[in-house]
Amino acid sequence: MSHPFERVVQEHGATVLRVCRAVLGVQDADDAWSETFLAALRAYPSLPADADVAAWLVTIAHRKAIDVLRARARDPLPVAAVPETESSTGVPGADDSELWALVATLPPKQRQAVAYHFFAGLPHVEVASIMGVSADAARRASSDGVAALRTLRKKWSD
Amino acid sequence: MTDLLTSLDQSGEADALTRLHERLETDAASAGLLDVAYRTVDTPVGALLLAATEEGLVRLAFEREDFDTVLEALADAVSPRVLASPSRLDDAARQVEEYFAGERCRFELPLDWRLSRGFRRTVLEHLVGIGYGATESYTQVAAAAGSPRAVRAVGTACATNPLPIVVPCHRVLRSDGSLGGYLGGLDTKRALLGMEAAA
Repeated sequence: MSHPFERVVQEHGATVLRVCRAVLGVQDADDAWSETFLAALRAYPSLPADADVAAWLVTIAHRKAIDVLRARARDPLPVAAVPETESSTGVPGADDSELWALVATLPPKQRQAVAYHFFAGLPHVEVASIMGVSADAARRASSDGVAALRTLRKKWSD
Repeated sequence: MTDLLTSLDQSGEADALTRLHERLETDAASAGLLDVAYRTVDTPVGALLLAATEEGLVRLAFEREDFDTVLEALADAVSPRVLASPSRLDDAARQVEEYFAGERCRFELPLDWRLSRGFRRTVLEHLVGIGYGATESYTQVAAAAGSPRAVRAVGTACATNPLPIVVPCHRVLRSDGSLGGYLGGLDTKRALLGMEAAA
């Protein structure tokens, strides 16, 4: 029995958006999300019934994010990243844009590992296979990433 | 990481996802990937589910049929590429609302008959010709469909009508004038007939 694709969007839409925002930043995330779900919709009828849908979507999102990054490298925009502004709340880390800004400072591999392991909840082995690295490397990248985020946040809030 | 995740404010996310969903509906339709679009519409007989393929309205369902179950069945029978996408059903929803407001006696909608085959489809196509406010008996319908003895099969065709209201199986009664059955419940059948008789 197959499930309506709408259910996939409802169950995983928010997670995929967080993954895209973590890997690409808020500005480019929308395009990656759209490309991901359109590609998923196209391939959906041939997805095996017992497939891990979250891992499948993150795999697609990973490829789409790489496409966006390549396009960005080809046509650099005058502003490559969201300019840093004063926090409107006065408490760094208190609103989500702060977290995305912190994540954006990580090296790409750490960003991906943090996004796929912590935001999408995939096991390190799965993350490793999506990123094409060893499970140890994936584990190291996500724990280094989180450690760096903690340090950065502490620095920003001091 | 939990401490960091708790700082993740999700309030802007719902708006973003609504916007992204609309974009997906448009992108899917232009890529020819929106195999089944659906929406609901509120009526005096409860919420109705409307679903359409590129060819036309393929399913209308009553709340008591359970919309999730109906959508699962559509995913199996038509395609799993099913998306909530109201725009394809704007016209159908408007006509249903007009019908319940007493402003419409016949539906002018492209229909996708793929969920009905053989004799059942013959029966349902005959029903389209029973006008607003008129009724026929199961026996009359059987005769009109070319199988006078298939009265029970006419009952089955009505009971499994994928397009109730639009294909007016509520206008089929027992020969003694009693209601017979109805997928949407006898109260609904009574309400529809009462509304049409009063108009």
